[in-house]
Amino acid sequence: MPPVTPLLIAQLTLIVVVFTALLLSAAAMVWVERRLAAALQQRHGPTRVGWQGLLQPFADVIKLMFKEELRPKAADWLLFGLAPIISAACAFAAFAVVPFGADTTFFGLLKEPLRLQVADVNVAVLVIFAIASMSVYGIVLAGWSSNSKYSLLGGLRSSAQMISYELSYGLALASVLLVGNSLSLTGIVNAQAGTWLGFLPKWFVFVQPVGFLVYFTAGVAETNRAPFDFPEAEQELVAGYHTEYSSMSFAMFFLAEYINMVTVSAVATNLFLGGWHGPFLPESLGWIWFLLKVGALLFFYVWMRWTLPRYRYDQLMKFGWKILLPIAVLNLLATAAGVLYFGA
Amino acid sequence: MTLFYLFAAVAVLASLLVISQRNPIYSVLLLIASFGALSGLYVLLEAPFVAVIQIIVYAGAIMVLFLFVVMLLNAPHEETEQDERLHAFRRPAPFRFGVVLAVALAIELTWALTRGGGETGAFPGAAVSSVRAIGRTLFTEYSFPFEVTSILILVAMVGAVVLAKRDVGRSGASAPPRG
Repeated sequence: MPPVTPLLIAQLTLIVVVFTALLLSAAAMVWVERRLAAALQQRHGPTRVGWQGLLQPFADVIKLMFKEELRPKAADWLLFGLAPIISAACAFAAFAVVPFGADTTFFGLLKEPLRLQVADVNVAVLVIFAIASMSVYGIVLAGWSSNSKYSLLGGLRSSAQMISYELSYGLALASVLLVGNSLSLTGIVNAQAGTWLGFLPKWFVFVQPVGFLVYFTAGVAETNRAPFDFPEAEQELVAGYHTEYSSMSFAMFFLAEYINMVTVSAVATNLFLGGWHGPFLPESLGWIWFLLKVGALLFFYVWMRWTLPRYRYDQLMKFGWKILLPIAVLNLLATAAGVLYFGA
Repeated sequence: MTLFYLFAAVAVLASLLVISQRNPIYSVLLLIASFGALSGLYVLLEAPFVAVIQIIVYAGAIMVLFLFVVMLLNAPHEETEQDERLHAFRRPAPFRFGVVLAVALAIELTWALTRGGGETGAFPGAAVSSVRAIGRTLFTEYSFPFEVTSILILVAMVGAVVLAKRDVGRSGASAPPRG
């Protein structure tokens, strides 16, 4: 049993804060998504519950909680119950290794500086990749255990999609690792401190523009968002893998999707957009920059969903294997050659 | 040590349950659980890289394909009631072969368990587990086995493509029009 120090208390508080913030970010994203969609389609969206409809997500959650939990008679009850839990747990777990600010003492409140990161793992990038690859199981099992053709098709489509795009995702990550010369996200962020020529920030997005595009495209496909939202293509598959789910188990899938979006954006911020480094603010307030950058990426996510139409399924597979993967491989080779030549 | 026994127990129990399941989907999932426990053991050996790779490659990639195949084929539950009435040595040939293998495995396990032990303490090559060290060793000392393995995988890939493409090559002209 470690002794109870202010640092330990601060770390425990941090875990609770991150958990709550992720939950709230999902709620905020629901509101942003609905209002932004409404704005893009020239309507109002939810405006009645609370100021500007801000309490709408909470009303939705209360509604979902009081709904009946349905389970198809022919469903595999164990896996049917387990699937949403796997999805939500993976979504929360991935964020544990994401750092979101420089070491801080909270204005002298603590003696030792606290790192704004739940778990400092030296192979953080790989851990995120591993957890992302595990989150496929939630969706696949949901599709299979529901014993419904729409769910099964949705689950199969999504597993095929996630396997295909995981490769490009991993190769894009690997090219950043080469440039950053580290497997730790904190190390990669700190390699992006400072500026070139006094004004251009040393973000890896300028070194790895192709890597960033590949990462973000694959990230959108990994989180099953439009224009890659085949697993839940409403017009063809009713609601895809969560057709048979209701009440809180449906809410867990919903939550997992939004938290995965936040995680992909946060990792993109750390890998490509300089993390918490930015002008004007002191290092200890860097998390404000971090939040702004993540917010901008999330806004882009929603913007894209309501702008681009959905691809056809064969187009998605063709794009993933014949365009995105070769680009990612060539980018990795070029990066490796560059790092070897210039000595990073 | 508590953690070691926890992970070891999960790995052994899950592996035993893998072969005792009638439903192949459950077998696949239990195998994933077993891989997860193994990955925990790697972390305890101070090899986080190997642990994460274990999850990414085995639990994440290979088992997803297993699950995919099992789901697509919709493999029926195994029917073993017929065989259980017969004595192990009076079943058809594959079963007798299985019995021989099981006996061999039991002998090997007893041998390994009685021989090992005694040496405890930290894993000596903890420093070897860093990514840099693994990469260096792989491409210098073990570069020949590494390249041979890659050729082996390439052969398997080419074989898979040939098998999957066979029909297209034969009836390429009369392929149905694409909508």
